[in-house]
Formats: sequence, structure tokens, C-alpha cells
Amino acid sequence: MSEEILRVEGLGIDFGGLTAVNNLNMTIEKGKIAGLIGPNGAGKTTVFNMLTKVYQPTRGTIYLNGEDITKKTTIEVCKAGIARTFQNIRLFDKLSVIDNVVIGMHNSLEYTTLDGIFKTRKYKKAEKEAYEKAMDLLKIFSLEDDADTPAGSLPYGKQRRLEILRALATNPSLLLLDEPAAGMNPSETKDLMETISKIRDRFDISILLIEHDMKLVMGICEKITVLNYGMVLASGTPEDIQNNPDVIKAYLGGE
Amino acid sequence: MANIKDKIKNIYKKKNSGVMSYTIVIGLYLVMEILMKTGNLTNLIKSLLVPCVCYIIVAVALNLCVGLSGELSLGHAGFMSIGAFTSVVVSGTLEEVITNDILRLVIAVIAAALVASIIGYLVSIPVLKLEGDYLAIVTLAFGQIIKSIIGNIYLGIDEKGFQFSFIEDTTKISENGKMLISGPTGATGISRISTFTAAVVLCIIALIIVYHLINSKDGRAIMAARDNRIASLSVGINVTRTKTLAFVMSVMLAGAAGAIYGLNYSSISPAKFDFNQSILILVYVVLGGLGNINGTIIAATLLYILPEMLRSLADYRMLIYALILIVIMLVTNNDKLKNRINELLRRKKKHE
Ligand SMILES: Nc1ncnc2c1ncn2[C@@H]1O[C@H](COP(=O)(O)OP(=O)(O)OP(=O)(O)O)[C@@H](O)[C@H]1O
Ligand SMILES: [Mg+2]
Repeated sequence: MSEEILRVEGLGIDFGGLTAVNNLNMTIEKGKIAGLIGPNGAGKTTVFNMLTKVYQPTRGTIYLNGEDITKKTTIEVCKAGIARTFQNIRLFDKLSVIDNVVIGMHNSLEYTTLDGIFKTRKYKKAEKEAYEKAMDLLKIFSLEDDADTPAGSLPYGKQRRLEILRALATNPSLLLLDEPAAGMNPSETKDLMETISKIRDRFDISILLIEHDMKLVMGICEKITVLNYGMVLASGTPEDIQNNPDVIKAYLGGE
Repeated sequence: MANIKDKIKNIYKKKNSGVMSYTIVIGLYLVMEILMKTGNLTNLIKSLLVPCVCYIIVAVALNLCVGLSGELSLGHAGFMSIGAFTSVVVSGTLEEVITNDILRLVIAVIAAALVASIIGYLVSIPVLKLEGDYLAIVTLAFGQIIKSIIGNIYLGIDEKGFQFSFIEDTTKISENGKMLISGPTGATGISRISTFTAAVVLCIIALIIVYHLINSKDGRAIMAARDNRIASLSVGINVTRTKTLAFVMSVMLAGAAGAIYGLNYSSISPAKFDFNQSILILVYVVLGGLGNINGTIIAATLLYILPEMLRSLADYRMLIYALILIVIMLVTNNDKLKNRINELLRRKKKHE
């Protein structure tokens, strides 16, 4: 059995009277790409928000690399190694594309406020390395020519890609992608999925991605969890999911 | 394909290192100094130089808070006041001990900056953890409170040491001693050790601090937290710490500027630093452009000098000032108008 990067046990959250997610059990193995799918409002984004502590779960436990991170804050979860993108893109609009990526490295830049104000050698060295590394990351999605444009003025598709790079810059061991292909055409989507695979190999990380379109994730994910009304409807390999009658009924045939 | 090194060099070049701001300030300084040395400055203008530079510094500081960090402060005059009275007390106390004016000024400015930043930190603790415009409310109240507090302080010094009382003057300062702060009257008999050069030096230091901060990880974090709080947290930025840093730096500079300001007059009263004063500084920042340091410097200079120049118009002064403000606001914030003006300028150029 290979090692688990993420284990979630009995995770659930209530918003007032509404139970948005209930009794979620899920594991992700190291180095794998996993998918989280389900119809609109199934609770997928809410799961991400619980994993990154934007919402505090009402029930359940989250383990990252065997360590219980349920009580950690958003900042601590980032430091522990989970990075994410957002369904409704959240970039630093007024800052340049490259600065957005460099901000992702915030906690790995080891100089103090005073180093910055006095522009010490330590500051200069760290900044130079950070910008070089950021430029390198931008190459993944061929964004290097946009390096100094404000992130907010990039076209939608590029903004989504930039968000992935910013997340990568935090040096995560688990990357959460919320509908990374939203708004892209089929060929762009295919490119994106290939790049995501490459990112996994190059950075040796695990990825959990949310997708609306089930066919899309079949090609890239090794394991898929299907959510419906906040509960796990099925989980397994793409073949299992494709042939699962419940899934077909609730998800594929639903429309 | 250009290599990465070149591209990064380009990005570094395009970064705002503040050259323009330094140039404006040093340029203004040189022009004024030359005019002064050649006897071409009226006494009125001469008397405006130091306060004008002080307001530039406070406005730049406020822009760090409002423009770069996105937190509204309505009490920066209060921090100026803290700086002014701290410096007056420090300088007054050390008058006999340290006879070198420059050294005493430096010590007074540093003390003022320290006191202002400590008080600013304490004020910010309960509010910067929260999301929303709480800082505006708290600083608004703070400005009023600090005005009342200083207006009720009686502090004097004689051979027996400090004597202090609050609300009522019960101090019995001997003939050899002197009052440093006397309630609503404020401070009198201040030895005026501020100079135009000192104000400009502080202004340059303030600009260096602000620009270096902007170009460091802390500055990026400050702007990131302004642009998107949740995303900042998700990349591990401590938003509360970041906003506190911006605010404390900002009030520290306001306190330092207040020190230069206070030591420029023979007497200052706490009523001078009221709510209107805070709003005036905010107007410089808004008109100069949020986050735009060059704009702030220019707006503060023009808008500080302007009403003084209009003094001869007596009653119509504030009316005209208000009209000018409205026009500037329209021109700088209205895209349609901006385009129209640009077009007119272009046409004019073609004709020439
Ligand atoms: N902060 C909140 N307060 C109240 N209800 C919420 C909150 N966040 C999410 N919900 C509810 O939780 C449910 C799940 O929402 P969620 O956004 O997780 O769905 P999703 O699977 O991501 O859907 P989509 O495919 O549309 O993105 C919805 O019914 C939503 O209204
Ligand atoms: Mg969603």
C-alpha cells in the first residue's frame, strides 16, 4: 500500500440548518491526481473551503501526511503544505503577474522587514532568486511575456493558469484545483489537463481537482470521488465510476 | 527569445523605485533654497516651507495606510499631535543638557516617532483583526480623544523634576522651571529648532522607507491583503500582522512629521490637530491618487500652499478653495473628462 497524503474522516459542515457536507471520507495517495466531481451545489467547493479552513468543519478530522490539521488556521494549513485555487478567481488584481507568483513565496523568503527597508545583501539575494524562480514558473503556462501586466487585466483563461502558479509557488505537497478548466474550450482544456499532469510529475506533488464535467476528469484522474447533496455517492477508479448505476442516475442521466 | 536574466532585469527596471518622488522633493528643495538665498522669497512663503513638507510626509504616510494597505484612517492629525507634543516635551527637557540643536532635534523626532508608533500599535490591536472599516471609526474617535487628553495635560519641569496634573493645573513650577504643556493653551515658548533642511531630510527618509517597503515582501503582502484577503491567507500571509505593520509604519512617520511641525513654532495648541486636519490630509491622498506617492506629494504641496495664497481674498477663500477641489476631483477621477482633455491637448499639438 502506498502512502497517503490526505485522509479525511467523517468530515461535515452545517450552515445554520443546512447540512452542506456530511460524513465525507476520502483518501488521496501520494503523487496521485484525484478528482472530486458532482452536480451543482453538491458541496465540492465547500470541501476545499474546509480543507483550507476558510470554513471550520462542524464534524470530522483532516490528516495531512498523518498529521491532524483539523484545528489549524488557513495560514497554518498553507504552511503545512496545502495550496489551492478558487472557483471564482481570486488574484491580486492590481499587482503584476510575476508579483502574484512571488507573493506565493512569501513565507519562503527569509529576510526581515528591516532587511527590506535597508535593502541588505540578504534581501537582494532572496528577491533575485524569488523572481528567477517565479519567471521559471511562469514558463509552465507561457506567461513570461505577461510578467509585468497587472493580473486583473489578463484574459480569464490566463488568470486561471496564473492562480495555479501562485499556488505552486507556496511549495505545496497537495494542490487543490477548483474547476481549473472552467470557461475553456475543449482544446484548451486538453492542454491544461496535460500540463497539470506534468506539474504533478515535475514537482512531485499530489493533486485534487474539482471538475463539473465528468468526462474531462476521466482521462487524468487515478481516483474519483463523487459527491451528491453533500454525501459521497461513489468513489473509485474512473471505470468504476463510469459504470456505477447510482452515478449514472444522479449525475450523468440527471439532466 | 530573450533570456530570463534580461526579462527579470526589465521587470526590476519597471518597478517603482521612487526616483520621480525623490526628484520632485529635492527639486523643490533646491528651488526654494536658491530663492531664499537670493532673497526672492516673501516671509509668508518662507513660513510655509516647513509645515508644507510636514504635510507632504504625513500625506505620504497616510497613503501607505489608505492607498497601499486599503485601511481608512481618519485620525492621522492625532498622531501628528502626539509627535508634536512629544517632541516639544523632549526638546524642552533636554534644552540645557544637549545644547546642539540638530542633535536635540534628531532625538526629539525619534522619540516622537516611537511614542506615535507605540500608541498606534495599541490602537490597532483590537481593530485590525477584524474585516471591514473599523479602523476608520476607531481612528476617528482616537483623534478626538487625543485632542481632549492633550488639552487637559499640565506638565512642567523645574529643579525638582517633572510636575504633572490632569484637567486642573495644580503644578507649582518654581521660577527657574517652565511649563512644557499647559492644557488647552498647549505648548508655548518652544525653541524653534526645526529647519527646512531637516524637514526635507525627514521627507526623503520617509520616502525611502515607504518605497523600500513597497518593493519588499512586506509591501507585496500589504498590497495583496488589500486586493484579496482570503487569497492572501491561502498563500500563508498573516493579514493582521501585515495590516498592523502598514498602520504602525504610517503613524510612526506621521509622528515624526508632527515633531518637525511642532518644533517649527514658538507655540502650538492641541486644537490645531482636529478632525478637519485629518480630513485635509486625507483629501491630499485621495486627490493625489490612492497608492500614488508622486500624486500625493504634488497634491499636498499645491493644496497646502493654495489656501494660504488665497488669504488676500478673505471671506471668499474657502469658497474658491472648495471649487478648486471639486474641479480637481472631477478632472482626476472622471475618465470621460480625462479623455476629452487629452483629445483637446492632442488637437492643439497637431495645430502647432
Ligand atoms: N457560506 C455559506 N453559507 C451558507 N450556505 C453555503 C455556504 N457556502 C456554501 N453553501 C451551500 O452549500 C452547498 C454546497 O455549495 P458548494 O459551493 O460547495 O457547491 P459546489 O459543489 O461547489 O457547486 P458548483 O458546482 O456550483 O460550484 C450549496 O447549497 C450552497 O448554497
Ligand atoms: Mg464549486
